[in-house]
Amino acid sequence: MTLTDNPVADAIETSPPGTVLSHLHPVGSFDVADHDVPTGREEIWRFTPLKRLRDLHSDAAYSAGATTATWNTQDGIRVENVDGDEARGLRGVSGLVPNTRFVARVLAEVPTTLLVDVPAEVELAEPIVVDLTGSDASVTEAAHVALRFGAHSQAVVVLNHVGHASLAQVVEVKVGDGAQVSVISLQDWADDAVHLTHHEASVGRDSTYKHVAISFGGSVVRMDSNVHYAGPGGSAEMLGLYFADEGQHLEHRLFADHTAPRTKSHVVYKGALQGQGAHTVWVGNVLIRKVAEGIETFEENRNLVLTDGCRADSVPNLEIETGEIAGAGHASATGRFDDEQLFYLRSRGIDEPEARRLVVHGFFNDLIRKIGVPSLQEQLMATVEQELAKNVLKDAQPVVAG
Amino acid sequence: MSTLEIKDLRVSVNTEDGPKEILKGVTLTIGDGETHAIMGPNGSGKSTLAYSIAGHPKYDITGGTVTLDGEDVLAMSVDERARAGLFLAMQYPVEVPGVSVSNFLRTAKTAIDGEAPKLRTWVKDVNTALDQLNLDSTFAQRSVNEGFSGGEKKRHEIAQLELLSPKVAILDETDSGLDIDALKVVADGVNRFRALEGKGVLLITHYTRILRYITPDYVHVFVNGRIAEQGGPELADALEAEGYDKYLKAGV
Repeated sequence: MTLTDNPVADAIETSPPGTVLSHLHPVGSFDVADHDVPTGREEIWRFTPLKRLRDLHSDAAYSAGATTATWNTQDGIRVENVDGDEARGLRGVSGLVPNTRFVARVLAEVPTTLLVDVPAEVELAEPIVVDLTGSDASVTEAAHVALRFGAHSQAVVVLNHVGHASLAQVVEVKVGDGAQVSVISLQDWADDAVHLTHHEASVGRDSTYKHVAISFGGSVVRMDSNVHYAGPGGSAEMLGLYFADEGQHLEHRLFADHTAPRTKSHVVYKGALQGQGAHTVWVGNVLIRKVAEGIETFEENRNLVLTDGCRADSVPNLEIETGEIAGAGHASATGRFDDEQLFYLRSRGIDEPEARRLVVHGFFNDLIRKIGVPSLQEQLMATVEQELAKNVLKDAQPVVAG
Repeated sequence: MSTLEIKDLRVSVNTEDGPKEILKGVTLTIGDGETHAIMGPNGSGKSTLAYSIAGHPKYDITGGTVTLDGEDVLAMSVDERARAGLFLAMQYPVEVPGVSVSNFLRTAKTAIDGEAPKLRTWVKDVNTALDQLNLDSTFAQRSVNEGFSGGEKKRHEIAQLELLSPKVAILDETDSGLDIDALKVVADGVNRFRALEGKGVLLITHYTRILRYITPDYVHVFVNGRIAEQGGPELADALEAEGYDKYLKAGV
């Protein structure tokens, strides 16, 4: 087990006075022609198996219709597919300026937008659940989603991805001032799915944004989840949970761009890997701009390697352009089962498979509890159990529920 | 009835310079209902004895036998030893993040008994055990050993002892790092356990302090991987007055 809890000093990258550009995050452009086709040598693509992306990242045809969206309805909430001027008006609603070719293409080429519009001051008791169900992985397609939360609204939106798809997707989130919002993206795809997605959120003044990425299924899932702040006092909590099986590539790239003072970002991603060729990537980028005094940021990634033949990449990056901050730190750890934990549990009579099961449940438990949607939390514990049954508990007897 | 019989136990660990023998032939029998104290200086092999009996993979048994009521303990896996009736209260209990004390205790009890405890009496038993060790009711919801103070960890070990009710308990320096109030709470727990029919205790300690609250039937002085002297509780008093110097100087 390697563990690093670096103080800021280890991670600090200083820039000469007057420079504001982050080398990790070049200035974007809406013009597709400004974006070269990635070769795989670029920093932001170096972990991604481009050959398996079915050209979603380059010049695949962006069709429509193989993945359908359905949702539950609630009074006063608008959820619909819009097109024409309204759809065009939602391009960049989060302040997103594309920094990759596929994002530029999605904004330029996809005629429709799935809009979820929560008016100001509306407080929803139940989550809005949008099921995105893919029917055919041989059709490459693209989608634009806009989630707009008015000032002081309170809502939870779940994007539930299932089925067979090859999907390039942009999800834009605008969190109004003082709003309290959770966006949960569940990637529970079938084994043949490829999902390339960029989530961009504008976090309003004094608002609270929780973004949760949960990736279990799919052949390749790559999600970029970015936040920036439209005003001071905003807070972003970014949680992630992934479980990679044999041959799966699950990649999550986070970017907290502290563009306003007294903002917060807290990133916690936890993953487990099992089976030959299971590969996970976590890249946590934080940029603290000169204006962003008094901010707090912490990012953490933990990976549990359950079998041989897996690979977990974990890369935290912190760029700081002001020293006037309240706190900044990161932690990353990747390891196998801790022998001392297993010994402790087994010394209490608990057999080895059950001890392993407890450790893995415990590993994910804390994170799952933070999601804040009880029905989803139960579902996730059950999914973790199914994943464990594939390897860790393969030969184990059923046990009393924890 | 329960008897733990250790005969000529030899144990080594792997070091950079090859295997190093830590226990050099330990023979000790804990008879039915007896409490034995093992005392000795740092590095004498006390903890090695405890962890070897519990089956920690770090230790290689190179000779000797350990039996519990005639059953070969050394042939059992770690969890089988616990289910056979052995319990080790650890000096440094391990954190298990995300697993609540309540879930852990119920899982362990189910494993030891071979069936889930009856819900109504179990909740009451857990609350009683925690309460007797001055652990409040929110304690059961915390993650196992995570963020516990040193005293909380030790009291949690003793709560497990009382709830799991093994045949023989090995307490590895359970007294270390405790203030006098916590020490009394822990000693009361051990004494409640001892008062039950036929329970054996192997109490490993560096200090004589805990023996004022838990009176052993036998005291063994451990030096350099062997028992250097044994006697009744009066031996602890002599050690308190004289320390371990005379055994160390003897150069066993």
